[in-house]
Amino acid sequence: MDSNSPKSPEQSEKIKKYDRQLRLWGDHGQVALENAHICLINVTVLGTEILKSLVLPGIGSFTIVDSGKVREEDVSANFFLDGESIGKSKAEVATFFLLELNPDVHGDYIDESLQRIIENNPSFFNSFSVVVGTALTESEIILLSSILWDLKVPLVICRSYGFTGMARLQIKEHTVIESHPDNHNISFRLINPFPSLKSYLESFNLDSMELKDHAHVPFVVILYKYLQDFIKLHGTIPKTYKDKEILRDLIRKGMKVDENGLPYLEQNFEEAIKAVNYALSSDSIPSEISKLLNDDNCVNLTTKSKPFWVMSNALKYFVEKEGCLPLRGTLPDMTTETKHYVNLQQIYRVQASKDAEDVYRTVQQLLRQLNQHTDSISEQDVKLFCKYSSDLRIIRSSCISQEYIDKPYNSSYIASQLDDPDSMMELYIILRGIERFYSEYKEYPGELDDHVEPDIVKLKACLCKLLTEIGSSTLIKDDLIHEFCRYGGSELHSVSSFLGGCIAQEVIKLITHQYIPFNNTIIYNAVTSSVVTFCL
Amino acid sequence: MNADGNNKTRQFIYLRKILERAGPFCHPDFEPSPEILNFISNDCKILVIGAGGLGCELLKNLGLMGVKNMHVIDMDTIDLSNLNRQFLFRLNDIGKSKAEVAAKFINEKIPGCKVEAHFNKIQDFDEDFYRQFTIVICGLDSIVARRWINAMLVSLLIYDDEKLNQASVIPLVDGGTEGFKGNVRVILPGLTACIECTLDLFPPQVTYPLCTIASTPRLPEHCIEFVKIVQWSKENPFDTIIDGDDPNHINWIFEKAQERASLFGISGVSYRLVQGVIKNIIPAVASTNAVIAAACVTEAFKLASSCCATLNNYMMFNDVDGVYTYTYEAEKKDDCIVCSPAFRPKYVDVPHDGMKLSEIIEYLSENQYQMKNPGIVAVFPEKNRTLYISNVPSIEKTTKDNLKKTLKELNLINGTKLIITDSTRPLPLEIILRFSEINNET
Ligand SMILES: [Zn+2]
Repeated sequence: MDSNSPKSPEQSEKIKKYDRQLRLWGDHGQVALENAHICLINVTVLGTEILKSLVLPGIGSFTIVDSGKVREEDVSANFFLDGESIGKSKAEVATFFLLELNPDVHGDYIDESLQRIIENNPSFFNSFSVVVGTALTESEIILLSSILWDLKVPLVICRSYGFTGMARLQIKEHTVIESHPDNHNISFRLINPFPSLKSYLESFNLDSMELKDHAHVPFVVILYKYLQDFIKLHGTIPKTYKDKEILRDLIRKGMKVDENGLPYLEQNFEEAIKAVNYALSSDSIPSEISKLLNDDNCVNLTTKSKPFWVMSNALKYFVEKEGCLPLRGTLPDMTTETKHYVNLQQIYRVQASKDAEDVYRTVQQLLRQLNQHTDSISEQDVKLFCKYSSDLRIIRSSCISQEYIDKPYNSSYIASQLDDPDSMMELYIILRGIERFYSEYKEYPGELDDHVEPDIVKLKACLCKLLTEIGSSTLIKDDLIHEFCRYGGSELHSVSSFLGGCIAQEVIKLITHQYIPFNNTIIYNAVTSSVVTFCL
Repeated sequence: MNADGNNKTRQFIYLRKILERAGPFCHPDFEPSPEILNFISNDCKILVIGAGGLGCELLKNLGLMGVKNMHVIDMDTIDLSNLNRQFLFRLNDIGKSKAEVAAKFINEKIPGCKVEAHFNKIQDFDEDFYRQFTIVICGLDSIVARRWINAMLVSLLIYDDEKLNQASVIPLVDGGTEGFKGNVRVILPGLTACIECTLDLFPPQVTYPLCTIASTPRLPEHCIEFVKIVQWSKENPFDTIIDGDDPNHINWIFEKAQERASLFGISGVSYRLVQGVIKNIIPAVASTNAVIAAACVTEAFKLASSCCATLNNYMMFNDVDGVYTYTYEAEKKDDCIVCSPAFRPKYVDVPHDGMKLSEIIEYLSENQYQMKNPGIVAVFPEKNRTLYISNVPSIEKTTKDNLKKTLKELNLINGTKLIITDSTRPLPLEIILRFSEINNET
């Protein structure tokens, strides 16, 4: 699963402790995690649940910002506050209990308000890997969003509210090499085989083989042979569904038959039939990758270009020259003898190395041209980049404060979503309305028992204003407004814990540059037990 | 900020808003009142099965959602590799009972919580034990254990004149995780799809054919499996069976697997991979456990309070690429061998009485039965006769000759009642033999 596993059987205590997660993000992912520094703003249940799932896997350090004192209502829903801490600094108590979870982690706190910190030390946030803000007011979100956007520090804002919750990611640019898709797109280069592969594929003479050998020919060889037959017959490679059916039929007819003329069920042939679809199309360049190769940052390198973009530029050059992506160098398991499998694997592996060396040479040239250190990108980096080149990802989110201050650039998207009665966009708008309500009234709608009815009217007014700004003529249903006033600012532990787990994992994705973060807003509805994503 | 400084305790004020205020989306049966929180705190008794990654989270979540009376069962002890997610355990707890340490932690941390720990297997308890719970929540990694508890809860159902007595239904909330994937399901035994109705939802175990690992290995896993299955028993290096937690054992397998791999020109046998294959390690991370356990407890809270409709009835979660959920209704099978009502006869369909007993055993190990080690007793008018039992060595010895006999030779006819025992269920299954090709001469 992970090529960077230690070869030595002597495992350190740390490797044993983190074994179950190292199988997901590897030792290098763990190193990135241990070098990260996270900032949490506000000790809500959601906030401490996020930190819990970061402290346990061994984040380097965290800093909690909260000027509040522990109240009785906080204690009964938060695992990291206790009865004896009522009246003390929330940030201090939460830091203490969170640090108990993992002695490898460092943590500190600042019991000042966000406003005060920003006034006194505007560069405070510069040193963080990711900043997470929970239960922020509208004005705090606007302030924080614009500061972090300029600093290029990723920001996650989130809220847990009654049976719902949301999280939004703001990140200028995030690149992923190891996206770990469930199904890797493995190219076999059967349409245009490189010389060593071509001669290997053609070294088999299927017709003269005994059944036992015939049934152990790798499916790649079978597919190639019948692909040649198809080309001879039709003058082209199979393109349409019908073409592919014809090719499958050719393969099927190639199976050995018994004395009654019935075909033996040769598994390798079955595999070749199944592979017709994916193995022939996997040689083309995925549209996502073409887009990336034409990205401004890829095309126009500067002296400040990041390694990812320098490598992308070199990859672009390779693709233009070769017409394909570098080989991955791995083979899926298949029915065949050890000898064939190992030979075939070796052929692909050697070519993958050659491809990567080719790209590496271009990278070095580029680095020299850009006046960057030639060792700023190692051969190992390029190998990894090439290996996963069909699954590279880039994520750019919008700037939250832009949506909040100006007439939102995404208003037509939001408005069209709102026209759909089943869309969870309604919940997004209500949660926005609640941020505004809090900014205006310094309490949540329905926070006090006798305020529920009057607050329904006030929240409705907030929402009307918000919808006008967006330019939507949709009305939020009265029932839904009532429901949110009923919640009255409640944070339910299990709802926060669900969101906390989700958000912690997104933070880990941002830090390790592995797996794909959401882009850019998720809404959780605990009533239906579902999460939806909006790209705002 | 908040000026209602009355004397009323502000404990659980958030829960009380949800439970004491009416809302437009509430379940029709829901009547907001302080009694509901009282019920959750004082009358509700919840059983948590498993005190591992999910179990720790489940206990914490339940306690902070107002539940005070809980039991937890786990037969495992704490291992170093648990500490990256099982947050109720510390370094100096290694080797102690998971259930006991988890219960102690929660009882000390959350005021009023009374968690009772059972350092046991679920099979150690009988119907009377399980009948005391309001809801059962499972955080297990074993499918057999899930099936066992599922069958147990079904066996507690009471039918009055073929009508299910609703009061006898103990809901089962089941959570499972694997890496960044997880699932949650709500089962109302006798009413909605049970674990056995949907056995096909569990991914099949990865197994490698013996001929592959013996003669045409291709992957490092094939080499490791060969050492595990063939070489270990042949060379018997430590005079005992493989213990995945013994580094000497893992080391021996690692070295032998490396030798074998280099013999065949296969690369990629790492120590980590050897451990993974031998111990059947499932990757696990704190975040997925938090998500799945939280979703389970939200559902348990809905069940206990009736405040809104519960998940109907299956949710899948995956955060490999963004955050993704999918919910759908798994279907209850009318002929489920576990949850179709006890008064309805169940059949095992076989072609004819020329079948051998071993083929019946095989049949019960596959198809919709998926049994692990079925034992069979036949019911004859005069007396019952044990046909085969595999897990009691003395009986195995005296009954194994029956395996080669045909049903006819064993005097089994169309309509003979069989009583089948298996580790996937607490109670024997009574099932009627039915031949699909009736032989007219008999
Ligand atoms: Zn069933």
